[in-house]
Amino acid sequence: MPRHTLSVLVENKSGVLARVSALFSRRGFNIESLAVGPTENPDLSRMTIVAEAESAPLEQITKQLNKLIEVIKIVELDGEASVERELLLVKVRAPLTDRATVLQTAELFRARVVDVNTDTVTIEATGTPEKLRALLAVLAPLGIKEMAQSGTVALGRGPRSMSGSGSLRPVDQRSA
Amino acid sequence: MSTTASTGRTSTAPTSPAPGAGPAPAVPTTPTDAAAQATLGVETTARTMAESASEPATGITGAQSLVRSLEAVGVDVVFGIPGGAILPLYDPLFDSAVRHVLVRHEQGAGHAATGYAQATGRVGVCMATSGPGATNLVTPLADAYMDSVPVVAITGQVSSTLIGTDGFQEADIRGITMPITKHSFLVTSADEIPQRIAEAFHLASTGRPGPVLVDVPKDVLQATTDFSWPPRIDLPGYKPTTRPHGKQVREAAALIAAARQPVLYVGGGVLKAHATDELAELAELTGAPVVTTLMARGAFPDSHPQNLGMPGMHGTVAAVTALQKADLLITLGARFDDRVTGQLSSFAPDAAVIHADIDPAEIGKNRRADVPIVGDAKATIAELVTAVRAEHEAGRTPQLTAWWEQLEDWRTRYPLGYDRPEDGMLSPQYVIERLGAIAGPDTIYTSGVGQHQMWAAQFIKYEKPGTWLNSGGLGTMGYSVPAAMGAKVGCPDTTVWAIDGDGCFQMTNQELATCAIEGIPIKVAVINNGNLGMVRQWQTLFYEGRYSNTHLATHGAKDPAARQVRIPDFVTLAEALGCVGLRCETEDDVDAVIEKAMAITDRPVVIDFIVGSDAQVWPMVAAGASNDAIMAARGLRPDFGGDQV
Repeated sequence: MPRHTLSVLVENKSGVLARVSALFSRRGFNIESLAVGPTENPDLSRMTIVAEAESAPLEQITKQLNKLIEVIKIVELDGEASVERELLLVKVRAPLTDRATVLQTAELFRARVVDVNTDTVTIEATGTPEKLRALLAVLAPLGIKEMAQSGTVALGRGPRSMSGSGSLRPVDQRSA
Repeated sequence: MSTTASTGRTSTAPTSPAPGAGPAPAVPTTPTDAAAQATLGVETTARTMAESASEPATGITGAQSLVRSLEAVGVDVVFGIPGGAILPLYDPLFDSAVRHVLVRHEQGAGHAATGYAQATGRVGVCMATSGPGATNLVTPLADAYMDSVPVVAITGQVSSTLIGTDGFQEADIRGITMPITKHSFLVTSADEIPQRIAEAFHLASTGRPGPVLVDVPKDVLQATTDFSWPPRIDLPGYKPTTRPHGKQVREAAALIAAARQPVLYVGGGVLKAHATDELAELAELTGAPVVTTLMARGAFPDSHPQNLGMPGMHGTVAAVTALQKADLLITLGARFDDRVTGQLSSFAPDAAVIHADIDPAEIGKNRRADVPIVGDAKATIAELVTAVRAEHEAGRTPQLTAWWEQLEDWRTRYPLGYDRPEDGMLSPQYVIERLGAIAGPDTIYTSGVGQHQMWAAQFIKYEKPGTWLNSGGLGTMGYSVPAAMGAKVGCPDTTVWAIDGDGCFQMTNQELATCAIEGIPIKVAVINNGNLGMVRQWQTLFYEGRYSNTHLATHGAKDPAARQVRIPDFVTLAEALGCVGLRCETEDDVDAVIEKAMAITDRPVVIDFIVGSDAQVWPMVAAGASNDAIMAARGLRPDFGGDQV
């Protein structure tokens, strides 16, 4: 099934996350990743939702999302015309014998070392989901002790924004 | 036994009349001026109340602010029961001109609010305390959500400091009702109260209507606040589309003008939008047949020759088959429910679809629309009339003669009908048919869910909007008595009949006590077949007659050797609840007992119609089957002649 990235502007109020996530589960959709954070407007939050769905059910779920009173606007971001990033923190086994390899790998992926001790190194990396998968594949043989990864956050490319003038076209105006 | 009347008791029925003629509630149209409009469009007495309520006040309690808000928004009646957390609200309510009807169970309050709203077109209001009071509203809120009924529920909540601690009578009712309300609020400060109430009424009554819950913690009700009206409404994410898109309307009109076998598939949205005049105009202009769904009975007169009746699982052969064979469905405020479409993949296989609905999420949800139109049904149909007229003036008029010949053939060969029970028992269909004939088209009919509901939808002739109230989407047994109570409060000069089953009646008949005490003289026809009739019908047809747990003993014990006592005896039960109890067991007595009930106007009346257990609802499309497989009667498959039409 195709992967879709929805950028959803919502009112910054309690209970909104519960409404959105409950809607997905109630209508039988699986959320692959979900990231919520503040926006340039303190009254609004942005949710970036990645889900796998065929296009007809996706249209239905976006229409249902739009019916939530606290949802302001939904835009589907396509991979070509948007920038998508995830954040990864990974703690790798790095005894002196392997340490050079670990540091070199981090450098190759333009990742940063944020914590070091005698046994492990913690690396911070950002990038597309594909890049982070590649980094993890290289680090895995060295021994990953622990990792934490954020959901995808994304913005459309170009001068337009979701809230300002000349804004991106919301999903619900595409059909009809 | 023939018709027997109880003497009943009259002393326990003081009437407390509603304050003034029902005010049109403040139904705002746009968020910006919604609150400003809240005091407009209200009739004289209510205007006084709303106007005096909307004067500013300082240093009042949150509870006073909430009552003032209800008055200002134009509420004339609230159905509810007090309890600990909502107690502060009941104190200022005691002095308010808003009538409070003290129900016996919160479910009754919720369905009463729904019945009130469906009968009057105004927002219905119910009230309950925290915890179990609030959770008892869950069923009626889910019911109102499925049937898009404008209801506002106000619940007390434990004090803010107790929220999240599993306090006494605490339930997260805002969270619980998220999937079954249009929206739900938890009020966090007394200063918010007027705004939340205005927003709740705005949300409930505009766009696709629906229930809205406002949960108010006890300390918020007790806090000191200032009151001013109208408040600002701030719902930036809520912008319902009401005006249809002109291009879509013109495309629809072109399809209508070119169709040879069109059908107007009319749903409850037409009633919600008060668009029945526009529908009549469009129907007569196009000459197309009309089918009215269970939620739309009364949207188009049954006496009109273009009305083919109800479609769906128990629809008429003509209505079901017209949809199946149509080349164009003109869908107005309907949602392709599974009980209408049967097996979706084989529903109306050759039809292009015009789908007009105020909710964009309904369009394309079940059936792809060739021409989607998002908009209010009243505006949409009015613009369709104009656009179709333009098509006609341009010389494009539909030729429907052959289609009508076909439709008339189906209608004449397979009319609705029923057989008298072989065991000589009273026929339930006959009872309902006579009730409709005697009470007439000005009466409001409510029903529970099951066989009696289907017969009431089939055998009563509905001529006017708002005269048929039932639980269509959720299928809530127990709906009819409290809904009738709410409808009667909203329309005190109209006769209201609840047509109920013996199963449904036992779920909510406690509200007859409310009716007797509050002076709400509804009439109840219990179609008592001694069983959960619809389930029994399915057990007969699909489970080899294995009647697992459907016998209710309201005709007597299942074991013929046991002492035959009716449990409960609905006549004495009615009397115990302060009503007149009547019973009818033979066809000869049916008219007389109905007329007797019609003559009683000072108290609620219950008639226990003892009817046969084996009557079945026909026609029928089995669950999940194609509508092509409709059975006109048991073992009777209509003959459509293979390649007809």
